[in-house]
Amino acid sequence: MLIGLKCRNCGQRYPIEPLNTCEECFGPLEVEYDYDAIQERVSREKIEKGPNTIWRYADFLPVTGRIIDLGAGFTPLQRADNLGSILGLDELYIKNDSVNPTFSFKDRVVSVSISKALEFGFDTVGCASTGNLASSVAAHAAKANMNCYIFVPADLNVAKITQALVYNPHLIGVEGNYDEVNRLCTEVSGYYDWAFVNINLRAYYAEGSKTLGYEVAEQLGWEAPDRVVVPAASGSLLTKVWRGFKEFERFGLIDEVNTKVTAAQAEGCSPITTAFRTGEPVKPVRPNTIEKSLAIGNPADGFYAVKVIKESGGTAGSATDAELIEGIKLLARTEGIFTETAGGVVVATLKKLVEAGEIDSDERTVIYITGNGLKTQDVLAEYLPSPIKIKPDLEAFNTQAKPEQKEVA
Amino acid sequence: MAIVRLSTPLRKFSEGKPEINTEGSTLKEVLANIDSKIPGFLEKVVENDEIKQFINIYINNEDVRLGEGLSTALGESDVVSILPAVSGG
Repeated sequence: MLIGLKCRNCGQRYPIEPLNTCEECFGPLEVEYDYDAIQERVSREKIEKGPNTIWRYADFLPVTGRIIDLGAGFTPLQRADNLGSILGLDELYIKNDSVNPTFSFKDRVVSVSISKALEFGFDTVGCASTGNLASSVAAHAAKANMNCYIFVPADLNVAKITQALVYNPHLIGVEGNYDEVNRLCTEVSGYYDWAFVNINLRAYYAEGSKTLGYEVAEQLGWEAPDRVVVPAASGSLLTKVWRGFKEFERFGLIDEVNTKVTAAQAEGCSPITTAFRTGEPVKPVRPNTIEKSLAIGNPADGFYAVKVIKESGGTAGSATDAELIEGIKLLARTEGIFTETAGGVVVATLKKLVEAGEIDSDERTVIYITGNGLKTQDVLAEYLPSPIKIKPDLEAFNTQAKPEQKEVA
Repeated sequence: MAIVRLSTPLRKFSEGKPEINTEGSTLKEVLANIDSKIPGFLEKVVENDEIKQFINIYINNEDVRLGEGLSTALGESDVVSILPAVSGG
C-alpha cells in the first residue's frame, strides 16, 4: 500500500528506497500511500482488535516486512483534572508517552525505522541524538541483532548516556551541541552504507509519530481534541500528529478535525515559536537551555511545523529554564507523572498560554508528555528539598519529622 | 584552495566524488567557481542570493547562517560542507 516517496517541497517522486532528500530541490521526502487501498482495509473494529502497540495501526505505517517490536505505543491517555483545575482548564488530558519501552516517544519512530532498515537489508543502524533517540535505537538494534552507532553531544544528561550504553551500542560522544552532532552524522552518512534512522531513513522514521495522533483520537472515543500542545525540537512530531488526525479524518474514522496544534519550546532554543510569532522564516539559533532533548537550533521541519500551526489555528509558546523546572514539579505533584525537561516545557508553556488567554478554558486539550523524568534527574537536584533524616526511632519521628496529620491510634 | 564536501544528492555534479577542490576568497566565489566548471551547480544551492531553504552550508563545521552567510571569507584549506537540512533526534 506504499506508492513511494514524494518531495514535500516540489512534489518530485522517488521509489521506496533509503532516501531522505529530493535530488531536485533538497526538500524532505515523505512516504506516499495508496489511500484508496488502505480505505478498503481499515475500520475502527479492526484497529480495536489489534495489538496494544503502535502496530495496531500497521495499515498506516510504511513497513511491509518483519517488525521489530519492543511494545512501543498505546500508552495511557490520562484525564488530568488536578492540573486542569489549577490551570483553569475544564477538560485536560495527558498523553503519557514516558512509559514506552525505553521511556520516550522515540520508540514509536524507531520501531518503524529499524524494521524498515531490516527490510532494506542493512546490517548497521545509527542516529544523531539529543538523548532519547539514542537509547531507543540502541535497544531496538539489540533486539534486531544489528550493529549500532550512536552519536550524541558529549555533555548529555548522565542518565541518558548510561541508559544508552547498557544496550551495548558504539556510543560516540561528540564535543559539540546537537546541531553539530547532527551535521557530523549527516556527513558520516554520506561515506558509510548504514541506516541512519533520522537521516537516510527519516521519511519512514517520522511516520511513526503519526501514531501519537491516531492513539489520542482513538482513546478520546474516535474524536480529535480541540487543542494539542506538542513539544517541538525539529518540528517533525508536531506535523505528524496533525497528519495522524487528518488521515483518520480522511478514512472516516473520525469526524472533521478542528484541532488547534500548539508548539512548546524552551525559550533558550525557540526558533519555531519565534518564526510563528514574528511571521519571519525560521532562523537558526545557538541553543542555550538546560532542556537538551528539544535543543535543535536549526530545525529541519520548522517550516512545516509553522505551516501546520497556522493552518490549524494553533499557536506557539516557550518556557524559561526556571519555568520548565516548575512545570516538571507541577505535573508530578498534581498528576503523579514524572517527566523529563521536555514535558516541563509543555506544562509550563500550556500554563502561560492559558494565562495569556490564548487557550480557552472549555477547550478539550491534550498535552504530549514525551519523555520520562528519570532521564533528566540531574537538572532537578538543586530544585528539590532534601529528605528529613532521622534515627529509626518513634520519638525521633514525632519530634523531628513534625507530622501534620493526626496520629492514627 | 577550499575543499568542498558534497552530500550524496550533489555528487552527480562531481562524477560521484565526495569532495572537490576550488579557488575563492568567499563562499559565494567558491560556489560560483564550481558553477563555472559544472554548470547548473549554483542554482541547486542558491536562490535570490540566499542559500536555499533546505540546504545547510558549513565552513570548518560552523553553520554559515549563524555568521556571514554567502559572504563568509574563506582561507587556504578551509573545508566547506554542503548538506541537506535534516534534523530530529
